[in-house]
Amino acid sequence: MKIHPKRVQGTYRALKWWIMLGTLGIYYVTPWIRWDRGPGAPDQAVLVDIPGSRLYFFFIEIWPQEIYYLAGLLIMAAIGLFFVTSLVGRAWCGYACPQTVWTDLFIAVERWIEGDRGARIRLDKAPVSASKISNRALKFAIWLLISVGTGGAWVFYFADAPTLAVDLLTFRASVTAYSAIAILAFTTFSLGGFMREQVCTYMCPWPRIQAAMMDEESATVTYRADRGETRGPYRKGESWESRGDCVDCNQCVAACPMGIDIRDGQQLECITCALCIDACDAVMAKVGRPQNLIAYASIGGETRRLSGDISSIKMFRWRTLFYLAAWCLVGGIMLYTLINRADLDINVLRDRNPLFVALSDGSIRNGYTFKILNKAREQRTLVLSIEGLAGARLKVVGSEDIAESVTPYFTVKPDRLHSFRLLVSAPRDVLATDSQNIRFVLSEINTRVRAHYDSIFRGPGQ
Amino acid sequence: MTEQPHVDEFTGVQTTGHEWDGIRELDNPLPRWWQWILWATVVWSVGYWFVYPAWPLISSHTKGFIGYSSRGELRDDVAAAKARQAGHLAKLAKASLEQIRTDPELLEFALAGGRSAYNVNCSQCHGSGAQGFAGYPNLNDDEWLWGGRLEDIHQTIMHGVRNEDSEDARVFAMPAFLKDEILDANQVEEVATYVLHLSKQQGDSAASARGKALFLEHCVACHGDRGQGNAEFGAPSLNNDIWLYGGEKAEIVATIANSRGGVMPAWGRILDAVTIKKLAIYVHSLGGGS
Repeated sequence: MKIHPKRVQGTYRALKWWIMLGTLGIYYVTPWIRWDRGPGAPDQAVLVDIPGSRLYFFFIEIWPQEIYYLAGLLIMAAIGLFFVTSLVGRAWCGYACPQTVWTDLFIAVERWIEGDRGARIRLDKAPVSASKISNRALKFAIWLLISVGTGGAWVFYFADAPTLAVDLLTFRASVTAYSAIAILAFTTFSLGGFMREQVCTYMCPWPRIQAAMMDEESATVTYRADRGETRGPYRKGESWESRGDCVDCNQCVAACPMGIDIRDGQQLECITCALCIDACDAVMAKVGRPQNLIAYASIGGETRRLSGDISSIKMFRWRTLFYLAAWCLVGGIMLYTLINRADLDINVLRDRNPLFVALSDGSIRNGYTFKILNKAREQRTLVLSIEGLAGARLKVVGSEDIAESVTPYFTVKPDRLHSFRLLVSAPRDVLATDSQNIRFVLSEINTRVRAHYDSIFRGPGQ
Repeated sequence: MTEQPHVDEFTGVQTTGHEWDGIRELDNPLPRWWQWILWATVVWSVGYWFVYPAWPLISSHTKGFIGYSSRGELRDDVAAAKARQAGHLAKLAKASLEQIRTDPELLEFALAGGRSAYNVNCSQCHGSGAQGFAGYPNLNDDEWLWGGRLEDIHQTIMHGVRNEDSEDARVFAMPAFLKDEILDANQVEEVATYVLHLSKQQGDSAASARGKALFLEHCVACHGDRGQGNAEFGAPSLNNDIWLYGGEKAEIVATIANSRGGVMPAWGRILDAVTIKKLAIYVHSLGGGS
C-alpha cells in the first residue's frame, strides 16, 4: 500500500523543518568551510584525505595510527543515541535520521508538484495522460537533482571541494568520484522516493534493538485512550457527555508517514515523528476540546496521571544517568587524549627471526624495525638513546650519515613517517637474563619533546 | 485429496501449515521490492554468461565478449609491475654495488627485491631469518667464511662454493687430518683442545700446549697464528664463539678428523645479474656486512 501523508501544521512540523534545514545545511556546507593550516597542508576544514592517509577536522589532524579517535566518536554516538532513546524514545528516527530527513524532503517536493494527499491518491488512480506523465517527469527530475546533489556533497568530504567541483563539471574528475555520486544518487532516489517507510520497517536494525534502551518512563507518542474513547463522529452543538474526545476524523492516520493508526497503541513502525500530534491538535482546536489527545507521554506517566498524580515525565532515572555518565566518561577520555596528543611518536618492532645474533667479539646483537612519526609540519632533529642496557651501541642500516654510536641523530622531514632498521649490540656480560627490558627514548634537540617505547633485548642468558 | 489451507483468524493471513506447540507461522509474501531485486540479480547473472568465461565445453570453455581471463589479468599485472620497475632495474644493472649501497632510493629498491629473492632461493638452507643452521652459515653475524665485503658476498653468491658449476667457485677445503692419516687420534684430540683454548673456552693446559705445537705445524697456513682465520681460503676464525659445525669438543674433533666441506650452487647460472646484486646488497644489510 502506497502511503500519501497529508500535510500538517503545528509545533512539531515546524521543529522538523528547522531540523531538516540544520542537518542538510551541515551536510552540504561543511566541505566548503576553509581552515588555514599553513603551506603544504590542505585548507579544508573537514577532509578525509585517503591518498595522504590523514583525517582533518578543523584544528584536529588524525593519522591512521590514531583511528581510535574515530572509534571513540562512534562509541559516543552510540551511547548518545542510547541516552536520547531512553529519554524520548525514537527521537533519532523521527527527526534526525537521514532516511527521515530525505524522505521528508522528497515528500515535500511531491506535495509541491502533485498536491496534497487527496490529489496524489487521485493522480495515482488516474489513467495515463499527458498531464500525469509531465507531473511525474517533473517530480522525478527534481528528486534526481536532489539525489545527485546528495552524492555530490558526499565526495567533497574526500577531496578539496572547490577543485573537485570544477573537475566534476568539466568531466575531469576520477571515475571513483563519479561512481560514488552515481551510487549515492541511486540509493537516495530509491530510498527517499520509493522505499521510504519500508526502510524503517524492514531494513533498519535500529527499531529492533531500541526497545532494549527504553523503559516505562521513556516518552513516546501516545494516544490517550482514556480521554479519546469512546470515539465517534461529532456534530456541532452535540454534547461531549458520555463520549470520548476522539472524533474519529482519521487525520492522525492521514498524516502518518508510516501508514499506521497511533490509536492502536505502540507499534514497531512508529518512528515518533509526532506529526499525528500536530494533526490531532489542529482538530481539537477546531472542535474546542483540550490539546494533547495524542501527546508525548510515558507509560509510567500515564499511569500516574490516571491515578490523579500530574507529575510529568521522569527524566532522572538510573538508566538515563548511567548513559549520560558513560557518554561523559568516553568524551572526557577522548578530550584528555586529544589535548595531550603528542606530535612525535615512535614505534619499535623487534626482529623475531633470529631472536638475537652472537657477534665475533662476543657481544650480542638484536635487530629492530624503528618508526618515527613526525606529526609536526616542520623538519626536526632527533636523538635516540636506550635506557636499561649498559654499553649499548646503535647502528642504523642503510644510512651512511647516521654512524654507529651510542646516540644516533636523525633528521626527519615534516609530517612524515620514517622507517629505519636499527641494530643494537651490547656486551654479553651486561645481560643478566635472556630477556632484558629496555626503553627507546627519542628526544628533540633544543626542546623538551620526548617519546619513548618499551621493548626487550634478548640474549642467550648466562 | 488436498487439505484446505489454514488461515490465521486474527490477521486473515494464510499460514505455512506447520505447527510447533500450537504456534503457526504466517505465510506472508516477501516485500515486492525484495522480489524485484531477486529477479533483477537473476537477469543480471545471465549477462555474465555472455560477458565472462562461463560454460565448459568439451576441450575448452566459452570465452565471453570482453575476453577476460584471470590468467590474463595476472599476466597484465605482472607486466605492469615489471614496467614500473624497469627504470630502477636499469639503474641497478649499471650501478656498482657501492653506488647502490649509498643511494637511499636504489638501496630501498634493492633491499625489497633482495628480500623476496632471498626468501625464494636462499631461505631453504640459510633459514627464513638468515639465522643459518649447523653447516649453513648464519648471515646476520660478522663472521664470514669467504669475506663480508659487498664484493666478497657478491662473488660467493654468483659462483657458489665447492661446486662443479662454476670455474670461479670457492674451492678450498680442509684436509681430513685423521682420515688422511696426517694426525693420529690423540693428536687430533690435542689440536681440538687448543682450538677450544683459542676460543676462550675451557681447555686442558698441558694438552693444549701439545696441541699448540701441532696447530702451528698444520693449521696456521689457513687459520692464522692466532686462529684469526683467512677469508681467502674460506678458513673460519677460531678465536671466537661462533661455530658453523658446533663448538663442543666432540664436534671439533669430528671436524678436524674428517674435514667439512659445505657446498653452495653458483647462483649466477640460475638467477640474473641484477637479482644477484640485490641479494648481495640484502645479505650485506643483514647486519654483518663489513
